[in-house]
Amino acid sequence: MAVERFPVEASHILMFARSIGDSNPIYSDESHAAGTEVGSIIAPPTFAQASAQFDPDYFLRPKDGQKWFGSGGTASGTLVKDKAEDDSKSDDKKSGSSAGGLHAEQHFTYHRHLKPGDILTAETKPGESWEKESKRAGVLKFSESITEYRDQGGELVVTARSVGVVTEKVIEQ
Amino acid sequence: MGLNADELNVGDSYSEVIVEDLTRTQIVQYAGASGDYNPVHSDEKFVTEVAGYPTVFAHGMLTMGMTGRMLTNYVGDGRLTYYGVRFVNQVWPGDTLTARAEIAEIREENGQTLVDLAISTTNQDEKFVLTGNATARVE
Repeated sequence: MAVERFPVEASHILMFARSIGDSNPIYSDESHAAGTEVGSIIAPPTFAQASAQFDPDYFLRPKDGQKWFGSGGTASGTLVKDKAEDDSKSDDKKSGSSAGGLHAEQHFTYHRHLKPGDILTAETKPGESWEKESKRAGVLKFSESITEYRDQGGELVVTARSVGVVTEKVIEQ
Repeated sequence: MGLNADELNVGDSYSEVIVEDLTRTQIVQYAGASGDYNPVHSDEKFVTEVAGYPTVFAHGMLTMGMTGRMLTNYVGDGRLTYYGVRFVNQVWPGDTLTARAEIAEIREENGQTLVDLAISTTNQDEKFVLTGNATARVE
């Protein structure tokens, strides 16, 4: 994944904060924020994940003219396996959590907190991959990716480490 | 304002109910805001007939986001230097989640006082759905 331009905007922060049920005014109220230690609206700690909105190749968003694997007339527009294969053929390096897979771990290191007006880039590199046997889901295939978010001045602002897992079978409940 | 190190002790804890009776609508809301439209989170037909799960389930990142609210309410805005989690069980519509942070260590690094926290989020059956760690700057 490479995101060339991730503009951090106040309305997006507001929507994101609402979606996680966080009504802290630091995420929406400029005049409140001006009187706090941080001095301006900032983004919630997990907001960097929303960079997916600005990744042109992000595979978990339906795109114009392409088949989508969710239901339409049938339960699946395109089989998940086919989609995973298509994705693996593409040059685009996937983030840790992939179609047919689950998100296993997520880590953020904050060099500073994001705020409206930041224009970020994000560069993702693959990390380690490993396997583990699980009673509830068979063989688990883990893969790690590291994403560096930099601001308009080239400064590193957030480093994210994501681990995705593909399970051999559906997790027993 | 951040926490004051003089008033903190290893083993101190803070917890919050971060969601009661999680709705499918909130999961959809998170999909829209984050951009992750994986149909396992919103598409009942796909998730039951193709993916093989009993119903839709929350994005791990939604649980991490909601748990983050507990953290920032505790340590203050803009105070986190690290926040990392493992998603250990799925979160389902109807779940009520409680997130907890416990002080594991208070230390100095580069002239700053930092507090390391062990984090966990449990559902209404006391089952862990998320475990992790965070580090925050304190006074």
